[in-house]
Amino acid sequence: MNTLVIAEHDNQTVADATKKALSAAIALGNDVHLLIAGENCADAVADAAKIAGVAKVLKADDAAFAKLLAEPLADLVVSLADGYDAIITAATTNGKNFMPRIAALLDMPQLSDITAVIDANTFERPIYAGNAIQTVKVSSAKKVMTVRATAFPAAGEGGSASIEDLASTGDKGISEYVGEELTVSDRPELTSAKIVISGGRGMQSGDNFTILESVADKLGAAVGASRAAVDAGFVPNDYQVGQTGKVVAPELYIAVGISGAIQHLAGMKDSKVIVAINKDEEAPIFQVADYGLVADLFSAVPELDNAL
Amino acid sequence: MKILVPVKRVVDYNVKIRVKPDQTGVDLANVKMSMNPFCEIAVEEAVRLQEAGTATEVIAVSIGPAQSQETIRTALAMGADRGILIQTDVDVEPLAIAKLLKGVVEAESPDLVILGKQAIDGDNNQTGQMLAALLGWPQGTFASEIKPEAGSIGVTREIDGGLQTIKLKLPAIVTTDLRLNEPRYASLPNIMKAKKKPIDEKTPEDFGVDVSPQIEIVKVAEPPVREAGVKVETIQELVDKLKNEAGVLS
Repeated sequence: MNTLVIAEHDNQTVADATKKALSAAIALGNDVHLLIAGENCADAVADAAKIAGVAKVLKADDAAFAKLLAEPLADLVVSLADGYDAIITAATTNGKNFMPRIAALLDMPQLSDITAVIDANTFERPIYAGNAIQTVKVSSAKKVMTVRATAFPAAGEGGSASIEDLASTGDKGISEYVGEELTVSDRPELTSAKIVISGGRGMQSGDNFTILESVADKLGAAVGASRAAVDAGFVPNDYQVGQTGKVVAPELYIAVGISGAIQHLAGMKDSKVIVAINKDEEAPIFQVADYGLVADLFSAVPELDNAL
Repeated sequence: MKILVPVKRVVDYNVKIRVKPDQTGVDLANVKMSMNPFCEIAVEEAVRLQEAGTATEVIAVSIGPAQSQETIRTALAMGADRGILIQTDVDVEPLAIAKLLKGVVEAESPDLVILGKQAIDGDNNQTGQMLAALLGWPQGTFASEIKPEAGSIGVTREIDGGLQTIKLKLPAIVTTDLRLNEPRYASLPNIMKAKKKPIDEKTPEDFGVDVSPQIEIVKVAEPPVREAGVKVETIQELVDKLKNEAGVLS
């Protein structure tokens, strides 16, 4: 039996998160097929065929899949499921949205957010915001799993997969895409950036984030935020790092004016090096920081900017 | 419009949990329990729709041990009209929860089910989507705004790149994200009133659902501990250490 991975893509290239989920899929030991569902996704299919470890790319090119809405996508995947004993995707907001729908239609349990493959049936996953790690064993006929991308390396280049065109399973029309408000930024994407600089409640306003953005641009970093900063309306929701936001694990994470609630730590404590800048020396963020600076961020951050 | 709101009793979000020394799970003895924060947001949204005249009845349902009754009472104190407790001491997995909720939906025929997007204990983020699948209903997950209309509902969703708006035919499933609303505190008179509201008691057998676990928990361990590092005095020292000690800046 084979493993099916459901890809995310922008019609041009396969998302980094998918390449990381592929590493988890490859670790199961069976042939891996990658599903590219979308509208006008031929370039993404060509990109997918070059990924090392992908045996076959399944192409489902139809308007029904343009936005990866869960209802039509789940019907498509269920129609393919007979040939697979594992169905995997990255635990992005898309994956979290459609995967449980697929699992339930197949009457299979799902493992969310796996962080390690112990053997073909045994996996690790974080619970309680990462304050405990569960080792779980599944014996269901099909393994349905989402993968925490930061826990796996990206699959490399060098493959030459065959491509199979799929007939569309259509759209029952119970859900409809209306529109999107996406954050436009030249900076790297938060979950794949090598350096992340995040601001918290201590930033005091959205305007003040410009001092972080200036540092970010010098470092080629992404800008993130704590829940408090998002709730206060300083920055949009897609900046949020934490238990229920994005999970990041960059080489360097700089937390500015962030106290360090466990829900925030859940989203960044696997970063290689953590720097905390906070004027409260008792802030819990210092308990996980490799380098802590007790200082007023409004003088420290511009100074950092100048020093770079 | 009739709204069903499933609510879960979990460890309070402020509690720092501890793993049991024998690695069989998390120690829940004598730990403060509360309604899952995302479920509170779901209750609040349903009650607001009722206050706005959009919803006619709000039913809170919980699946869990006898003490889950307290969680239902919290929902009733916030404004839900009545409760249903499906009592079980099994730690029910999301798929079985969805099957039980499907039974409740078939009995109650709500137009909308609002759930929290995830519970902060298992962090699964599955139940709402699974319920939608089993019912053949559309799903609006991670909602930051909902707008019911005649026969449909607009849902603005928090997604990785920003916000997405979709339109779902009713009946539908909505799961809540953090920014949907700020839940109220129940007032004392409402807490007293909630004590008189009815709670129906059921069991999984009433719905013919097998709740035995399908996923074997081999062990539960502490995550690797991250040691606190050093304090630096100046930005210069920080930049120097990042370049020459940590090697993360060039």
